[in-house]
Amino acid sequence: MPDWLSFGRNKGEAAPDAALWNKCPKCGEVLYRRDLAANLFVCTKCEHHFRMTARDRIAMIVDGDFEEIAADVLPSDPLGWVDKKPYPAKLAADAEKAVLSEAVVCGYTRIGGFDVALGVMDFHFRGGTMGSVVGERLTRLFEGARERRMPCIVFTASGGARMEEGMLALMQMAKTTAAVTRLLDERNLFVAVLTDPTTGGVSASFAFEADVIVAESRAMIGFAGRRVIEQTIRQKLPDQFQTAEFLLEKGHIDMVVDRHDLKATLVRILQCASSGAARRRRSSTSAHAGAGSAS
Amino acid sequence: MNLIVEREKGLLELERRINDLRSANVAQLGDMSSEIAALEKKYEQILHEVFGAMSPWEKVQMARHPNRPTALDYFSAFERFDELHGDRHFRDDPAIAGGFARVGGIDFIAIGQQRGRDTKENIRRNFGMVTPEGYRKVKRLANLASRMGLPIVTLVDTKGADPGIASEEHAQSEAIAQCLYEFTIARVPIVATIIGEGGSGGALALAIADRVLMLEHSVYSVASPEGAAAILWSDASKADEAAARLKLTAQDLHRFGIVDTIIKEPLGGAHRDPAGVVARVLETIVAAIGELDGFDEQALRDARYAKYRRMGADASQGGR
Repeated sequence: MPDWLSFGRNKGEAAPDAALWNKCPKCGEVLYRRDLAANLFVCTKCEHHFRMTARDRIAMIVDGDFEEIAADVLPSDPLGWVDKKPYPAKLAADAEKAVLSEAVVCGYTRIGGFDVALGVMDFHFRGGTMGSVVGERLTRLFEGARERRMPCIVFTASGGARMEEGMLALMQMAKTTAAVTRLLDERNLFVAVLTDPTTGGVSASFAFEADVIVAESRAMIGFAGRRVIEQTIRQKLPDQFQTAEFLLEKGHIDMVVDRHDLKATLVRILQCASSGAARRRRSSTSAHAGAGSAS
Repeated sequence: MNLIVEREKGLLELERRINDLRSANVAQLGDMSSEIAALEKKYEQILHEVFGAMSPWEKVQMARHPNRPTALDYFSAFERFDELHGDRHFRDDPAIAGGFARVGGIDFIAIGQQRGRDTKENIRRNFGMVTPEGYRKVKRLANLASRMGLPIVTLVDTKGADPGIASEEHAQSEAIAQCLYEFTIARVPIVATIIGEGGSGGALALAIADRVLMLEHSVYSVASPEGAAAILWSDASKADEAAARLKLTAQDLHRFGIVDTIIKEPLGGAHRDPAGVVARVLETIVAAIGELDGFDEQALRDARYAKYRRMGADASQGGR
């Protein structure tokens, strides 16, 4: 296991989710955890895609090393929020349970040999909700990708804006959008990979501003949550509603990809973007050369 | 039932009695000046008791008051307004009104969320909840303004974006995200005013701005209090509790630097002097555009970027 995979974890300490058996929430099949991990957390019986931790996701997608950034950006409690528990206690509990300091991990890495700025959200921390830290880390990732002229890939998994940070959470939609406008202005490729679930403040900001939007098979994606819609219209929604496949049919996303094909698909997209970048460099140097010879 | 409307009932009754006594006095049916004075004193006292210090939940109710001035009440006070319709794809969303406008001799593009002023209009305008078609109209008008060099003036008044089946089918997320994008890159001054309720991403879609103004008793929140209570505690009836925690008042948001200017309302709320409030808001908007006119396009966009880049920076520990 590469060193960075143990971040936040004491040496020799097992991951909290290292139970021996996992039950598939879809078909009920009991799966041996090692088999499940070897199958990229896809049920061997019904192909249900389990929600992945950011750590497992990074391990699955990168070539080797991962240089984490903004790990020192940590949450505080701007509203002094208390309900059943104070907000800092909820953060501490999730940090321990998910072995993560916040709901996104960002950094520089290589995928299929291409340099990439990679952000991965984790639903196990506060439901992947976007508060000030998620917004700040992603913004630094977008800015970093722009400075380093790298393509940027973000895996989303989020219940939306984080209620406990109130309007400061909503403002992260504006902040991440601002960073994305500058990233795209410099002709960097931005790919969003929507995983289960992606809703609210995340889907309605940077996720749907991406150049290419990929979704994992059967991921739930939408603006309003299913429960909110059902309460509003007072009827049950069909099972297929708001699935990745539904969005593909409606023309909202570019492709639905099975987790086993995800890395290869991303590498092909990166390859294409890299060709484009090379062509741009060639045409700008030949334009200079042309101007030089004419004089 | 609206809490504020309920509380006003007693006051309206007092108002009626004072007026009756006044007309009786004028008709010289005996001197009733002392009774009138006593009633007026009582009236003032109750007004202060009820509206002097409002809780966040009371402000939510005030923001939703059926008689509170809506976007079209502001538009009708414009020197000129030519409404533009439609998203050029599918339909015209009546929850958004927008078009060419002039106030104080300044031309701009005005865009507002419009709820209904009665049940019939509320149904037609979907209670001010905007569908993707409405957001695409907003984006189109913002882009037009940017290209023409006209300032963008928005009026925010919505519980939130429409959460219906058709809105999901027509990509509500994408429609809102593209509004955020368009407002971020617009090359003209943007002034947003929260005139009633500002609910979640559906409000933010019209509120990325160089100056954000807010009426004193308006609210602006990450989610409607009902929505937040449902998300947090699976119980929408705890909306009052959510409102108390969300820090959604103009005063809280000014403290966080999210709102630049708070515009005063008369005691008892904007609907007690609609014409006066509308005039004051328009004056403040015109003044804000005047301040922003000093910046060139790039400086304006850079300042806007810097403003939103800072949002929440104090709420996360660990800087560069």
